[in-house]
Amino acid sequence: MSAPLLLGTLLLLAGCATPDAGAPGAGLRLESVAVELPFDAEPYPEFAGGPSAEAMNNNCLSCHSGSMVLAQPVLSKAGWAAEVAKMRNVYKAPVDPAEDAAIIAWLVAQSERVAAAAASGS
Amino acid sequence: MIDLRLPGGPGERPLTTEFPQKGSMILQRTMPPLLETPMAVFDEGVFTPNDRFYVRWHWGSFPTAIDAGAYRLTISGQVNTPLSLSLPELLAMPRVEVAAINQCAGNSRGLFEPRVAGAQWGHGAMGNARWTGVRLKDVLARAGVKAGAVAVQFGGLDEPLVEGAPDYLKSLDIDHALAGEVMLAFAMNGEPLPLLNGFPLRLVVPGWFSTYWMKMLATIEVLPAPDTNFWMAKAYRLPSGPGSTVAPGASGYAERPISTMVPRAFVTNLADGATLPMRAALPVRGLAMGGDASVKAVEISTDGGRRWQAAALGADEGRYSFRRFEAVVAPGAAGPMEILARCTNMDGATQPMAQTWNPGGYSRGGVERLQVSLA
Repeated sequence: MSAPLLLGTLLLLAGCATPDAGAPGAGLRLESVAVELPFDAEPYPEFAGGPSAEAMNNNCLSCHSGSMVLAQPVLSKAGWAAEVAKMRNVYKAPVDPAEDAAIIAWLVAQSERVAAAAASGS
Repeated sequence: MIDLRLPGGPGERPLTTEFPQKGSMILQRTMPPLLETPMAVFDEGVFTPNDRFYVRWHWGSFPTAIDAGAYRLTISGQVNTPLSLSLPELLAMPRVEVAAINQCAGNSRGLFEPRVAGAQWGHGAMGNARWTGVRLKDVLARAGVKAGAVAVQFGGLDEPLVEGAPDYLKSLDIDHALAGEVMLAFAMNGEPLPLLNGFPLRLVVPGWFSTYWMKMLATIEVLPAPDTNFWMAKAYRLPSGPGSTVAPGASGYAERPISTMVPRAFVTNLADGATLPMRAALPVRGLAMGGDASVKAVEISTDGGRRWQAAALGADEGRYSFRRFEAVVAPGAAGPMEILARCTNMDGATQPMAQTWNPGGYSRGGVERLQVSLA
């Protein structure tokens, strides 16, 4: 008996055969699914003596979690300005242009923090 | 926490078990979810368990509940008979199965030097599964593709959170869509897909990067002209030149939409950066992929690529699957050691020593260097 036939027989014995038992995925059922996803509204960290995270929290938390930003490598001021422009122009993020300077200042401070941590080996 | 050892940092990421139908995953981002598979999972076998399979969503709006009875796949555009197919109708069609690697175009982006912005993945934005479903060509045949069809565009149930943002749509040339390998999968590794991996239906494009493997596949539109939507014309583009590589800062070069994967090999039994007790013989084991062709050979070097030894290959699960490799190396002396693994595929493509660089952080394919210390 070939392997597919044997498998079909076993499925029949198990009482879960479909008309094409032995075919790939035989017996598969697609039931409705409902899940709950974790929520993340963690604000951006405030840096002691640094620029406020308020503009980040106002503009950069509705489309994605802050972890996306905190995981980014060190970027230059121009690099961050390009990212903010991309979010607004390409992905249509409703970022208030009046807050660009404050957003970029915080991002540059974040990059300085990443660079300092890398330099100290931590 | 897990350290992805990304050059210049930050490489620390939390592990999370908070996501539905998922075990312990590396948390890259909660919303929209970006979950990476820890490298240790790949050491357990060539097939990646569904509950450890990586997750990547572009837009924050996608259903968290799917009514299997109400789900419909529509086929429209340049067809004789537009269709709306239910899941039972799809399940009743002739089934096919393929073992295939699903790899994010940006897998390993966090290791690019100089670094580039985007999802900062280590190597774990990939997985291998047995996909079960129906052929795209069979579904298109039911609708009847009209003469003059040029491309087939795919859409899922995810939507942008903000008005005017580009809906996530990808397309394949009509010849590729009708060639027979592309499938609509309703099962991975014998089970329904986890919701975060695209339940109830996702496109499977063997040998091609995951950007084309549309999750929660809901619309198929046959196009009379090349697809000019943002996700084909502007995003997921690669330099056309050899190795998909350009010099950092270069501009004005020709580009193309990303497509097939390239050979890669990963050591999985040793953690990058680990300190190991000194021994005369060190077993090295891992997974290789051939890209769009079978794995032909994997070689190991511990002297920076001057000399290579052949690794033994495990069972062949098919052209598009991971393949296990194993070798034993001789450390010689205590101290740091770099272990290189290099894959060659059946088309003769071998991983280059120089690493890939392009501004999107896509299609990394150079030889990876795993560092351990013997003490």
